[in-house]
Amino acid sequence: MHGRPRKDPKPEDAAASVAKAEKLRSLQSQFLSNHHNKIYTNEALEVNTKLLEVNPEYYTAWNFRKLAVEHRLSQSDSDPDSIKSIFSEELKVVESALKQNFKSYGAWHHRKWVLSKGHSSIDHEMRLLDRYQKLDPRNFHAWNYRRFVAALMNRSEVDELRYTTDMINSNFSNYSAWHNRSILLSNLLQRKVQGFFPKELVLNEEYELVHQALFTDPDDQSGWFYYLWLLDQTVKADAPLLVSSWPARDSLIILEDQCLDDRALSPFNTFHSDSGTFPLIVYFNQAVEGVNSSTISVESVLNANSELNWKPLSTNNSQTAQVWVTYLNYPKVDVHSEAYPVEVSIGHSGGIISSSGFHYSHPSRFAFKVFARPVKTPIGHGGEIISWQDGNFALYETSPEEPNPTISLDQLNSKDDNEKTSSEWRAETIANEIALFQELLSEISCKIGKLTLARLLKAHDTLLSPCANKMVYSEEVIKLYSDLRVLDPPHSQFYKDEHSLTLLQQITSTRESLLRYCFLHGDGTSSFIGNSMCLRLNNLSLSRMGSIERLLWVQMLDLSHNELRSIEGLEAMQLLSCLNLSNNKLSGFTALGPLRLLKLLKVLDISCNQIGSHSIDTTRYLCSSPLCHTEEMDWGRDETVTADVNLANYWEAFVIFRGLSLTQLDIAGNAVADEKLKSFLVKIVPTLKWLDGGELH
Amino acid sequence: MGELATEKHVQYILSVEKRKDDFISVAMEYLRMNGAYWGLTTLDLLGKLDAIDVDEVVSWIMKCQHESGGFGGNIGHDPHILYTLSAVQVLALFDKLNVLDVEKVTNYIAGLQNEDGSFSGDEWGEVDTRFSYIAICCLSILHHLNKINVEKAVSYIVSCKNLDGGFGCTPGGESHAGQIFCCVGALAITGSLHHIDKDLLGWWLCERQVKAGGLNGRPEKLPDVCYSWWVLSSLIMIDRVHWISKEKLVKFILDCQDTENGGISDRPDDAVDVYHTYFGVAGLSLLEYPGLKAIDPAYALPVDVVNKIFFGR
Ligand SMILES: [Zn+2]
Repeated sequence: MHGRPRKDPKPEDAAASVAKAEKLRSLQSQFLSNHHNKIYTNEALEVNTKLLEVNPEYYTAWNFRKLAVEHRLSQSDSDPDSIKSIFSEELKVVESALKQNFKSYGAWHHRKWVLSKGHSSIDHEMRLLDRYQKLDPRNFHAWNYRRFVAALMNRSEVDELRYTTDMINSNFSNYSAWHNRSILLSNLLQRKVQGFFPKELVLNEEYELVHQALFTDPDDQSGWFYYLWLLDQTVKADAPLLVSSWPARDSLIILEDQCLDDRALSPFNTFHSDSGTFPLIVYFNQAVEGVNSSTISVESVLNANSELNWKPLSTNNSQTAQVWVTYLNYPKVDVHSEAYPVEVSIGHSGGIISSSGFHYSHPSRFAFKVFARPVKTPIGHGGEIISWQDGNFALYETSPEEPNPTISLDQLNSKDDNEKTSSEWRAETIANEIALFQELLSEISCKIGKLTLARLLKAHDTLLSPCANKMVYSEEVIKLYSDLRVLDPPHSQFYKDEHSLTLLQQITSTRESLLRYCFLHGDGTSSFIGNSMCLRLNNLSLSRMGSIERLLWVQMLDLSHNELRSIEGLEAMQLLSCLNLSNNKLSGFTALGPLRLLKLLKVLDISCNQIGSHSIDTTRYLCSSPLCHTEEMDWGRDETVTADVNLANYWEAFVIFRGLSLTQLDIAGNAVADEKLKSFLVKIVPTLKWLDGGELH
Repeated sequence: MGELATEKHVQYILSVEKRKDDFISVAMEYLRMNGAYWGLTTLDLLGKLDAIDVDEVVSWIMKCQHESGGFGGNIGHDPHILYTLSAVQVLALFDKLNVLDVEKVTNYIAGLQNEDGSFSGDEWGEVDTRFSYIAICCLSILHHLNKINVEKAVSYIVSCKNLDGGFGCTPGGESHAGQIFCCVGALAITGSLHHIDKDLLGWWLCERQVKAGGLNGRPEKLPDVCYSWWVLSSLIMIDRVHWISKEKLVKFILDCQDTENGGISDRPDDAVDVYHTYFGVAGLSLLEYPGLKAIDPAYALPVDVVNKIFFGR
């Protein structure tokens, strides 16, 4: 029931209701009896018509009508007039039902069913719709029906687009019309229909139209989402692009066969692994499928005889991902060995496709060199505990000749500028829009104005310097998000997340800014992390992680003392071996899903979070599990381990930790971390040596 | 703002079942199966399911089943996928799924899938993404998702995705919070949430919160308690629920209670009904209101019931 006032029924009303109920009950039972006995006489139909007039939601009655029509058609002598009259009778019943309830699914469907039989006038439907849609311009049943009728009569999309223009001009506040416009226009643009090409001219007009809506009443949401779509159309290229990789372009990577303590080497590009392989990571600007040894060719002596196996870094086991990884073999370890070149060519053969169906269309090539160094003195095997205390870190002092960790991150985009005019148009449009919204905000302070300006300024920065890493406006954007948190408190966490993303962009934008967060860990003897460089993004009140495409080189990461609820995207950091997430707002084990893809992770601190304190798990469906059919629960090999626990309570811990080979875990300070859970974890993670600072035996 | 009037709501739900003479009760007879799901799930969330005679409910449900395997909204009414899900959900609440001829029910549902991957609601061919959700949810609960073409089902749902990040009934249909729940839920259950732009949809959904604290279902519409469920559950499944103010929403729902006679209405001071009582209580459960059982955002059943189905042994 919607919009019916709450009141105690007066005795006379109650009596009237009982009388009305009695009448309806009798109609319903007469109807059911007819239906069950397949009686389709005129009397039976009359009962049905009366019933639907009172109660159009009574779905079985609509089914009966369809059966009755079929019955009557089979009885009739196929005289076109009598067929026509059978169907026009149905349309009348629908009309009176809609009068009773304009939102009756059953009535609208019955009308569609009648129309699709092809015996009724379509023109009449268009006139009827015009009338209905004037009465209720937001009724989505009517809009759906309109699309159905337009398709049935082959009405042109241009005509339908004009209809949305009329609707919008008569009242800007009609989200339904804006929506239909976005559907029609994107079809017309995609097909490059005459009058809708080039795209730029069309979009200019659309900006004009939506400005009128936004500036007339900035608080009315009708134009907000349309504007965002236009902005997207302006800024985003359809085709997927490669944004970064590890090893990065033109880098020299030093692989260590064993642990090495040598300060002369730059920690930015040394990598250690026992496995005899190292990862090759490619990071796209959107999720793609079709990455394999034929779409990416890797030329190097290191994998001369084997076909590479590319794996999507997807937390739900899908074959689509933004980041893909493969593994190359270590070159021969020898003091006198040379640096081996590796050349990667992407997209020369086609086949890499975005989820929206666009092909990778910027074939590109990059190269790096790898060099394997033997150990001087083999030292420990990760026996000692890693401590994250401040005293163990010293700001990293870089030497001028050292490679820049960020340098290679951006030069990958071999941006061919064939579409010079289009990119000029983009820049010009964004600049115009920025000026317009600055003007609006000088007159009134409104949330959509500030939010749009923040989005425009970010768009400006990515458009103007996708490769140069300049963040011209980041300070202003951060200021806008801070303002918005005050202006619109219910959505403050939304703005805070945006704020965090901008901050991370700023931090990772240049070598200088990033170096402020790079620290050397320990006294240099920490033996089993590949190198002792730690990126410390702690205490920044980050509520969300981002800019990960620029952090692929990181092997030790401190994110402690932030406000992170999720670590979405961290799965791309394939080199990560030590991770500190303590003192954040992680509220469930399923939030750690990305860690399952980090095969090198050894040290994990998740102490002092909120795991176990919440009854509702917001990452329950973002983590691969039997609930979403992305994997089976295989307790099998752990039968003895799991025999005495309630699996319904421990499945999250099981799913997350079973595949990790952690040696050190800190979990104290979470509601879930009782002795029982800890002993469970010790059993399912046999590699574990340290738990909450204590050594396991 | 008061507290949740648990006892009153329990009494209200029990009384609705007994009330049979007024006009609204008669007019709603056709969807009694949905009513049973709303009322009984609410009782379970409130911890009062033991007030119900299980055998009586189960035998009534089975009387609503058809030859075809589908369930009607009441005894003698035609089968429809809408009521089939409610029947399965209620049986799951009582841990009585074993009374079902699972092959028969799942064949009925699988038989409603169309060539393009979409689902019809019944033999009369109405297509809607609501039915996609229902089919997927129901088959998953019964461990028979392999009876349908999941890949096609997912790609049909994706074809209903709009440029605002939301979903409509059919391709081109306007985004609507109820429809978004269905599509996000179906994608969640099939492990396909990567098809969603979580930030875009999350912004659209969080902007459903109006100044008064309640949630609406589409831009520029009035807030309504039932959207507490549709919007919240969707926000939770894509991990963006922190983008709204939970406190304000709790207050809005509590303000819609009839503290005298029990029940919750769409807006403050409107007439209560079981539908909004369920969505109000389920919304509060998603908001972690103290004293309520947790509800699963995708299967719309208490978490313990869902966990038992998927992790029990
Ligand atoms: Zn409602």
